[in-house]
Amino acid sequence: MTALTDLTITAALQGLDKGDFTAVELTDAHITAMESNRHLNAFIVETPDLARKQAEASDARRAKGDAGLLDGIPLAMKDLYCTKDVQTTAASKILEGFKPQYESTVSQKMLDQGMVMLGKANLDEFAMGSSNETSGYGNVQNPWKRENDETVLVPGGSSGGSASAVAARIAMGATGTDTGGSIRQPAALTGITGIKPTYGRCSRWGIVAFASSLDQAGPMARSVEDCAVMLQAMAGYDAKDSTSVDMPVPDYSAALTGDIRGLKVGIPKEYRIDGISDEINSLWDQGIEWLKAAGAEVVDISLPHTKYALPAYYIIAPAECSSNLARYDGLRYGQRVTPEGGNLNDMYEATRAAGFGDEVKRRIMIGTYVLSAGYYDAYYNKARKVRQLIANDFKAAYEQVDVILTPTTPSAAFGLGENTDDPVAMYLNDVFTVTVNMAGLPGMSVPAGLDKNGLPLGLQLIGKAFDEGTVMNVGKVIEDAAGFVAKPQSVINRAA
Amino acid sequence: MSIDKVKAEHHDDASNDSASGMDRKTVAKVANLARIKITADEEKKYAEELSGIMDWIEQLGEVNTDGIEPMTSVVEVKLHERPDEITDGGYADEILANAPETQEGFFVVPKVVE
Repeated sequence: MTALTDLTITAALQGLDKGDFTAVELTDAHITAMESNRHLNAFIVETPDLARKQAEASDARRAKGDAGLLDGIPLAMKDLYCTKDVQTTAASKILEGFKPQYESTVSQKMLDQGMVMLGKANLDEFAMGSSNETSGYGNVQNPWKRENDETVLVPGGSSGGSASAVAARIAMGATGTDTGGSIRQPAALTGITGIKPTYGRCSRWGIVAFASSLDQAGPMARSVEDCAVMLQAMAGYDAKDSTSVDMPVPDYSAALTGDIRGLKVGIPKEYRIDGISDEINSLWDQGIEWLKAAGAEVVDISLPHTKYALPAYYIIAPAECSSNLARYDGLRYGQRVTPEGGNLNDMYEATRAAGFGDEVKRRIMIGTYVLSAGYYDAYYNKARKVRQLIANDFKAAYEQVDVILTPTTPSAAFGLGENTDDPVAMYLNDVFTVTVNMAGLPGMSVPAGLDKNGLPLGLQLIGKAFDEGTVMNVGKVIEDAAGFVAKPQSVINRAA
Repeated sequence: MSIDKVKAEHHDDASNDSASGMDRKTVAKVANLARIKITADEEKKYAEELSGIMDWIEQLGEVNTDGIEPMTSVVEVKLHERPDEITDGGYADEILANAPETQEGFFVVPKVVE
């Protein structure tokens, strides 16, 4: 019999409906897993008491026939989502002790569907990072290790805690957010599945803002089917988010037919980059063969401005973050530092110096610089024009194809500290993912294979705006063809 | 584009005089605008790091953007309007709940002016 923590969300929902086990039993199994895997540091705050209460309420609902889409399913909530009365830090010291007096729209929708919250998952500070090495609450470890090598690896970022928890079978799924790749990249590095929906698909209300024109909430789980169930609960128009799009949410699970005959899949030549390992290119070629075998037509396309997406992103995202993080001044919430005899301005400067980590300070300063008098046009406006060109590239491509296939990341998971000397080296981890945020399109990573060290590698599907159904359907075809069943050694050892 | 080439070029740039003018004086000015207190050592460190980043960003100058409008939003939506009615508010306690210092329903801060 499969361990409860090894089930997918879909299988668990069936088991709960059949009465094979209760939500309380399912939650207890995951609380035990959470408590025995603290070395991963996947959680900033554990909420086992809350989880048990929610599980009990779930069993009662199910008994009455009132079960929701996620009823009784233990999940991890990225600590960027405001959760009522539960500490929310955005992994920053500046918000230590902050307990929101309201619930984010997306987490409320998930609670309304009966989810059980195990805890607040760790992340890079204010979602800025690609390795979960910038958290104010410690690094997160990837449960995967290279074969015969004890080096601790990063889970990717910024949703590193979410990814690690799901891969380690501590949580059945997790919420993430994705601004430049922060769902897809950690999903790829930990061998799980994650989707960033179209900008405007999910509400950003109550999610700590990093870059308002790029941020998007999304699910991370161990199968495409599970992501579809989670996205069903998470998506939808919200009047409180003026960037939320008022479009009906389709039935995502119904879209997973596995039938992609005649579908046109674009292969962008600019994503064949020198210096990327042969393994990644081979996996991409393998993905192309899988889709052809399923009846899709493969079309070579060009996205000419691809290489400019990252530098343009590193103007736009810091610019927006410098504005969004101006609110952390020690005045109304969060930590406050008042120097002896200091005035209000001294308080602002000391609070922010003490509360923000290095990467956050770097990005705020870049953002401040590119928006400052004399530079606004040369940098910020220039970047926004380049962004329009990137969006135009995709629009043109989608006149020829229905979906695009690329690798998700330029490498498998790397060791802690391997990329931290040079900020730009770290930024290059998002080279394949950031274009998708710049264009506001949906993107998904599906685990597709292992590298020569036994580490997971992912393939990315990019879709047309609001066509998450096609993205996930093609993702399912890849998932079925890849047959990825590998687990991190720690999970295998636990079951043994 | 070659990843190693970008990393190598970038590494070379970082050790030379910066083309982008992120010197210590500029860093100090920017830190002041951003209301973040930095030490002299940090000024030096950030000048190096930020110069490196800005030099890497300079490649955007290669792109011809004549006649292109700067993008405001990825998604073209008409902003929703609603009747001008009060639908929220009346919970000052919740708003003050996380404040470092309050007094009689006010946020308390250090003196603004002498």
